[in-house]
Amino acid sequence: MLEHIELFFKSIFIDNMIFSVFLGMCSYLAVSKKVATAVGLGAAVIFVLAVTVPLNWLLDQYILRDGALAWLGPEYADYNLGFLSFILFIATIATMVQLVEIVVEKFSPALYNSLGIFLPLIAVNCAILGGSLFMQARDIQTLGLAFNYGISSGIGWFLAILAIAAIREKIRYSKVPAPLRGLGITFIITGLMGIGFQSFGGMLTGGDEAAPAVEPKTAQKTEKVIPPVKKEEKIKKEIDKNEISYNDAIKEQK
Amino acid sequence: MALLSKKDTHLITDPLSDNNPITIQVLGICSALAITAELKASIVMALSVMFVVAMGNVVISLMRNIIPSKIRIIVQLVVVAALVIMVDQVLKAFAYELSKTLAVFVGLIITNCIIMGRFEAFALANGPWRSFLDGIGNAAGYGLILIIVGVIRELFGSGTLLGFKVLGDSVNKTGLYALGYENNGFMIIPPAALIVVGIIIWIQRSRNPALIEEN
Repeated sequence: MLEHIELFFKSIFIDNMIFSVFLGMCSYLAVSKKVATAVGLGAAVIFVLAVTVPLNWLLDQYILRDGALAWLGPEYADYNLGFLSFILFIATIATMVQLVEIVVEKFSPALYNSLGIFLPLIAVNCAILGGSLFMQARDIQTLGLAFNYGISSGIGWFLAILAIAAIREKIRYSKVPAPLRGLGITFIITGLMGIGFQSFGGMLTGGDEAAPAVEPKTAQKTEKVIPPVKKEEKIKKEIDKNEISYNDAIKEQK
Repeated sequence: MALLSKKDTHLITDPLSDNNPITIQVLGICSALAITAELKASIVMALSVMFVVAMGNVVISLMRNIIPSKIRIIVQLVVVAALVIMVDQVLKAFAYELSKTLAVFVGLIITNCIIMGRFEAFALANGPWRSFLDGIGNAAGYGLILIIVGVIRELFGSGTLLGFKVLGDSVNKTGLYALGYENNGFMIIPPAALIVVGIIIWIQRSRNPALIEEN
C-alpha cells in the first residue's frame, strides 16, 4: 500500500510529465489557450494513460522483455524481443485510442462530445508513449503499480496544463513585451513553474527505512533517467565543500 | 547543372530561421528540452532526428499514392517506429553510454511532432527528392536550436563543451575559476531549457517583428 501512495505522489509532483521530463509539450502549448479545452484534453490524457500503461505493462512482461516468452515453453526462454517495444507500444496506443473513441462514442455520447475531438490528437502525444517507455525503463513491478503510474502521471499532466491555461487566460490582460507574446512567455512561465515543482524533490527523501524493497531499484532507475536530482546533490556537495574551506580559512586566519 | 534549384534551396534554408520547427512551428519540443543539458547528447539527438525525418519523408513520399488516407496515421507511425528502432539499435551498438543518457528519449522520437508534421504537411504532397530536402532542412532547424541550447547550458552549467573543460578546472581553480567564477547550477536543471528557449524566441522575434503573435 505504501509503495502505491509513494508512486502516486512521486509521479504527480516529483516526476511530473511536463515539468521534469517535458513530455507532451506540443499539445501542452497548443491546447492551453482556454481552461475549458485544457480540462478536456487533460481528462482524455489521464484516461488514455490509465488504459495504455497497464496494457503495455502486460505486453512488456509477457512478450517483450528478456526471457518473457518462457510461458510458451522452455525453448522460448532465450528470446529477447526488447527491440520491438517501440513499435508494439505505439501500435497498442494507436489502436487503443481508436477503440476508446468508438466505445465512448457508443456508450456515452456526452463524454464523447467533450473528449472526442481530443482523442485523435492523443495518439501522437509524447506523454502517452513516454508513460509506457518510462514504465518499462523504471521496472514497475506489478500490474496494479502500472495502473497507478498511468493514472498518477496523467493527473500530473492534467494539473500542469490546467495551471498554464489559467495563467494564459489571465496574462492576456498584462503588458508582455511584444516579441515574447504567446509562445515566448509561455515557455518562460513553464520554466518558472518547473523550478517551483523542483522543490517537491525533497518530498520523499525522508523515511527511507519504511519504504519497501522495491524502492532502491526505482530510485536508481529514476536517477538514471532524470539527472537533476543527482546534479543538485552534486551542486550541494560543491557548496558544502566551499563552505568547509571557507570555515577553514576563517579558522586559519584566527 | 546545379544540384539544388533556387526553390529547393529554400526548402533547406527556410526552416533554419523564419520557419523554424521549434520556435515558429512549435513542433518537437518534447524531446528538444530534456536532453540539452549536454552538447554531445544534443548533437546526437539532432542527427538521429535528421536521419528519421529525411528517410521517413522519402518513404512516405514514395508511398503517398498508395496509402489510404483513413489509415495514414498508423502507416506513418509504423514507418517512424521502424526507423527509430534502427537508430536505437545503432546507438546501443556503437555509443552505449550515450544511449543510456538519452534513455527513453530516443523512443520518443516516434512521437516527435516534427516528424508527423512534416509527413502530413509535405511528404504526402511532394516527390521524394524534395521531401528529402525538406526533411533535412527541418531537422537542421531543429538541430540548430538544440545545439544552441546545448552549448549555453553546458558552457554555463558545467563549464565544459563536449566534456572539455574550456573554462578551466572548477576543482583545482584554474582558468576562469581562479578569478572567482562559479558554474551556474541553475543551467543544469530541466526548467532552464525552457527559459533558454524562451529567450531565443524573444531574440528571434525582436529581430523579425513579422513573427510576433497576436495576443
